[in-house]
Amino acid sequence: MVQQRTNPLRKYIRNRKLPHFFCPGCGCGQILNYFLKAVDDLQLDFKKIITIGGVGCTARIPIYLNTDSLHGVHGRTLAWATGIKLYRPDLKVVIFAGDGDLVSIGGNHFLHASRRNLDVTVILVNNFNFAMTGGQVAPTTPFNSVTMTTPYGSKENTIDVCKLAVSAGATYVSRWSTAKPIQTVKSIKKALQHKGFSLVEILSQCPTNFGRYALRTGDPEKVLEWIKNRSISKTKAEKLNEHELKDKFILGEFIDKKRPVFQGTTLFKEEDN
Amino acid sequence: MEALDGNSAIAEAIKQIEPDVVVSYPQSPSILILEAIALFIANGEMDSEFLNVESDYSAMSTCIGVASSGGRVFTATASQGLALMHEALFIASSLRLPIVIGVTNRTLAAPINFNADHSDSMAQRDSGWIQIFSENSQEAYDNIIQAFKIAENKDVRTPVMVGIDSVVTSNLCENIHIQKNEEILEFENKSNPTYSVLDIENPKTVGSLCASDYFFEHKMNQNNGIENSRKVIKNVGKEFGDRFNRYYGYFETYELEDAEYAVILMSSSAGTAKKAVDEMRKRGEKVGLLKLRVFRPFPYKELRESLSNLKSIAVLDRVLTPGTYGGPLFIETMAALYNLDKRPLVYPYIYGLGGRDITLKHIENIFDDMKMAFDNGKGIPEIKYINLRE
Repeated sequence: MVQQRTNPLRKYIRNRKLPHFFCPGCGCGQILNYFLKAVDDLQLDFKKIITIGGVGCTARIPIYLNTDSLHGVHGRTLAWATGIKLYRPDLKVVIFAGDGDLVSIGGNHFLHASRRNLDVTVILVNNFNFAMTGGQVAPTTPFNSVTMTTPYGSKENTIDVCKLAVSAGATYVSRWSTAKPIQTVKSIKKALQHKGFSLVEILSQCPTNFGRYALRTGDPEKVLEWIKNRSISKTKAEKLNEHELKDKFILGEFIDKKRPVFQGTTLFKEEDN
Repeated sequence: MEALDGNSAIAEAIKQIEPDVVVSYPQSPSILILEAIALFIANGEMDSEFLNVESDYSAMSTCIGVASSGGRVFTATASQGLALMHEALFIASSLRLPIVIGVTNRTLAAPINFNADHSDSMAQRDSGWIQIFSENSQEAYDNIIQAFKIAENKDVRTPVMVGIDSVVTSNLCENIHIQKNEEILEFENKSNPTYSVLDIENPKTVGSLCASDYFFEHKMNQNNGIENSRKVIKNVGKEFGDRFNRYYGYFETYELEDAEYAVILMSSSAGTAKKAVDEMRKRGEKVGLLKLRVFRPFPYKELRESLSNLKSIAVLDRVLTPGTYGGPLFIETMAALYNLDKRPLVYPYIYGLGGRDITLKHIENIFDDMKMAFDNGKGIPEIKYINLRE
């Protein structure tokens, strides 16, 4: 007889909140797993972690975690995190934000948290659209994509969140995708251990909305494949010109450095890091 | 006749009106209005510019930009979206910009909820906007068409928000009458804007700093706009009725002429209340209903005329304003009636928060309670909450 085993990460899950709300094939479930794997590997004190979600599909991730969490207003996660960090610098604050949340309605907070090098970890789930409201164009939607508000393709340029974070002053920035689980977990671990503003952008599949409208497929595998085929590593990308990099997602670490972190009016000295 | 939900009815009206610009930011469930419009524009069924912006605040700010350069503009929002627009709403009304927005009235967080109540619109009741509430899809369509004509009237020049109840009206299909395009164009008859910042011949600045020397006068000018709208709303409602045979005023009365007891409320629950009144009338009870359509400007004079002969009335507010004696509709109704020599007793009720149901039975109970309280000597009415767990 096969002995039934529970997932070792199950202890971090708020069981009474299950079954979860994500669509079949959504990347959010995977990312929840990656985060728990990283926490488990690092043996972090789960009681010292606060998770924050704004509004959107990704923002629901903290609801299933057995941490203290805040959940509520679209785009304000980083403003809340700033408040928490100033009062309780001993807590580890992890933000789960969608692309709409972090760089559309909350774009301003994102710039200033990066600028201040606020000591938080942001896990950005980029599914290329506003998914919770039914698949509308977002600042991350690739050029010419069909969405519910761009019925014949979007004609606006996209934002490169990682470049933005680096230029605004973030100190750990990386981009991975749900098609690269090992690298993503590794990167989340680095981000969690990093002192300063760390951002892990994870390209993720949204079969229900982005898949069906922009890619004409509701099949999660095919959306994942689309992400994989468009992705290129940073080292390879360095050898290619701008034309060849058009429509490509560059994966890898973009910055990993030390800088004094924001602590209200007093700054940690660099030696303290 | 066409079967349309409230969102599609608004989108259909916008298609016929063809504003110069439609601004879009997703909020549930008002985004369905904008998605429908996006498709109309993409398919060439209407000729407007469609803009996807990055937040609700940007949406209202963009509307201000369009309207102050003389263009016609529309956007739709709900709940948190309207709350985020708060600051810009005051700018729009103070600059006398005839913007029209559709609001699917949804409650405000926390906790997050997607269902109907009037918390979002009521929180903006002092923003200087004209506020019109719709009972069903037909009224949503009709109100949007009238809204542009009211807002753009040269004596008014005040923005208008048209509310429909989230989910119950916005997402449920009903058979409604859609007028022909040419009928709507003839009715609208767009007038020229009073000013445009893009008037190169006469360069001007709007909204610049004004100290205590003239600020009060500016605000009174703004107030004149919304005061003037009283007459315009009435005339537009009548003209609409003359053309399309559906008449509109500040409110709709139902079996109120000889009634002794009445209920006052707004939006979708009026359907339930009408049915309850019918049932009670069958049993010989003298009850009636007043459904308020225009909350701003508040039609206090007209309400006095309609309500002063009643024995008592129950005012049903679909919003909780913590720490007040009754909701905004109750407070304003009381204020309208207080100075009369003979006035009915007014009971405050709160109902339907976050989409909580109100049924025929609840409304019948309200009438019964009111009657009993009146017969047993008055006392001071306390706030009652309908369909709330004890």
